[in-house]
Amino acid sequence: MIKILMKVSRMRLVAENLSARRGEDLIFTDVSFDLGAGESLVLTGRNGSGKSTLLRVVAGLLRPETGRVTWTSDSADSGMRAAEACHYLGHRNAMKAELTVFENLAFWKDFLGDTQDGKGIPPGEAADAVGLGGIVHLPFGYLSAGQQRRMAFAKLLVAYRPVWILDEPTAALDVSAEGVFTELIKAHLAAGGILLAATHQPLGLENAKELRMTGFAGVGEGRW
Amino acid sequence: MTALLLRDLKLSVRAGGGALIGVLFFMTVVAVIPFAVGPDLNLLSRIGPAIVWIGALLSALLGLDRLFQTEREDGSLDLLLMQEHPLVLTVLVKCLAHWLGNGLPLVIASPLLGLFMNMDEVAIGATMLTLLVGTPALTFIGAVGAAVAVALPRGGLLVSILVLPLAIPVLIFGVSASYAAVEDPAPFMPPFLILVAITMFFAVLGPLGAALALRNAGD
Amino acid sequence: MTDSLAISKFSDLANPTRFLALAARILPFMAAATAILFAIGLYLSFTTEGDYQQGLTVRIMYVHVPSAWLSMMCYTVMAVSAIGTLVWRHPLADVSHKAAAPLGAAFTLIALATGSLWGRPMWGTWWVWDARLTSVFVLFLMYLGLIALNRAMDDPSRAARVSAVLILVGFVNIPIIKFSVDWWNTLHQPASVIRMGGPTIDREFLWPLLVMAIAFTLLFFTLHVMAMRNEIWRRRVAAQRRMAARLAGREA
Repeated sequence: MIKILMKVSRMRLVAENLSARRGEDLIFTDVSFDLGAGESLVLTGRNGSGKSTLLRVVAGLLRPETGRVTWTSDSADSGMRAAEACHYLGHRNAMKAELTVFENLAFWKDFLGDTQDGKGIPPGEAADAVGLGGIVHLPFGYLSAGQQRRMAFAKLLVAYRPVWILDEPTAALDVSAEGVFTELIKAHLAAGGILLAATHQPLGLENAKELRMTGFAGVGEGRW
Repeated sequence: MTALLLRDLKLSVRAGGGALIGVLFFMTVVAVIPFAVGPDLNLLSRIGPAIVWIGALLSALLGLDRLFQTEREDGSLDLLLMQEHPLVLTVLVKCLAHWLGNGLPLVIASPLLGLFMNMDEVAIGATMLTLLVGTPALTFIGAVGAAVAVALPRGGLLVSILVLPLAIPVLIFGVSASYAAVEDPAPFMPPFLILVAITMFFAVLGPLGAALALRNAGD
Repeated sequence: MTDSLAISKFSDLANPTRFLALAARILPFMAAATAILFAIGLYLSFTTEGDYQQGLTVRIMYVHVPSAWLSMMCYTVMAVSAIGTLVWRHPLADVSHKAAAPLGAAFTLIALATGSLWGRPMWGTWWVWDARLTSVFVLFLMYLGLIALNRAMDDPSRAARVSAVLILVGFVNIPIIKFSVDWWNTLHQPASVIRMGGPTIDREFLWPLLVMAIAFTLLFFTLHVMAMRNEIWRRRVAAQRRMAARLAGREA
């Protein structure tokens, strides 16, 4: 169902000694990981332990206090920002309620474009893949919360990115939709993709690495 | 990039879009002026260009705070920030779309208000031309304010306070060029060309500043 | 739903399905009557003699006066509908004042534009801040504000209630606006402006004017019923699209 063209390559997403702060508090310190093609990392931990912050740091949306994130692959130009190889699905869906689902997906396909490692699929097929093929002509705002989340997931399919960064992807979803997600994630990994996800629910992935976030690494003393 | 331009244009004309509101605000602001100064046609035609310009300035600022805020509210801003298109270009395209959706209608509506102000044909033409050239500068300056205030819950008023002082040069040269076209001794071209220069200057500086602010506003 | 679509009580009109059936039945007659009256009215307006002072421009009056009359009548219709929305919560009342707002704006715009064209040769300028023109212009702005308010909200019944409140506040406020504009105008009245109206209307102009006024009123009601019908259809389409969205979730 999902066809993603892939060359087997030596993709790596490497994070070294990341630490980040929110306000004056250090949320986490010295987080390192190294992910290759087909590997996944699941962040667990209670609320406020810094899962979302870490994901936003990797996506390049927050500046890390220390450390860096690097991306290497066959086709990546040297010095390519890691964020450019990433899809980020945060708490919010990044879709416009006024536009139809198709317009939303087509816009992101066009705007995001593909990286050289693979190709995205047309918006209609992406909607089929999340099980909502018949309603792409409807305004996004007409959809229920669960359907919106699924359409936001379809956005990951329309433009190809090797790394998927998912923040609570299964929030507001029922069991069957979770199953659809798990299948898509598995297909992505099987095709050589990389997954980085924060979640409460188990995603049902075999051999996923797990990173337990404990949270609150202490007030940033010595700064003043 | 064309996709972004088209999307923003679509959003500005769909239900709840700002295009209609901006023009309405413009008309309303200009229309209440005579109630304050009285229906003296000679007086109105004398202050007409200035009033139309002030109305356009205020209504151009009206929708600006939403420029990045709507994107932030639904999470689109994150995705826009992550892409390899230079962020400056993304901001520039968003500004252009915003101007086409909100600024251009003001320019088109201005001759009508000129008639209400009893301005003659030359003054109306000059005001329209200066608005056409000057309003993009307002959008570009406003983009900086919108980017700075993007994360603030009640950013709307703050954007106006931040941006109005910066927009003073545009107002000065826009209005003086409009007057120069009507009153004989003053030449039209110098203030008009300075206005063009200001617009081109801010077309570069505005997106640069806004992009910088957006990068640092990340949370 | 009953088999009979006959309307026995006034409240039966509140049923959108019956309204649609009724609208389908009477719209052809209303349209035909409007067309005939317009034909007669236009014939009369162009065959009567011109005014010796104003010449041919006096014929603008046959369009201007009926539209000005309609601009005010339309607001009254909207105010009545607004009461219907707030007091009886008729769904049709919501539809009625929403559908009337663009029509009111259009007729007001025609009144303003024809007034301006008429004023050009009379006053030598396109626009004067005469009390009557100014009041009509304020009314025009109110119509546009209502249209913008309706467009800005996506929940139709909430939009209807909020705009109904605004319509009623505006309706109460209209005499105050009119009074204050008159006050303002007499304070500042510049000598150069010629007052509108002038001598009482000659009998010769009265007949075509009356026919045109009736024709315009009929035109308004025809358009209003059509706009209401479209609005009901639009809401049904929206409801079905929402339903489609809900069903798509079920089967997957």
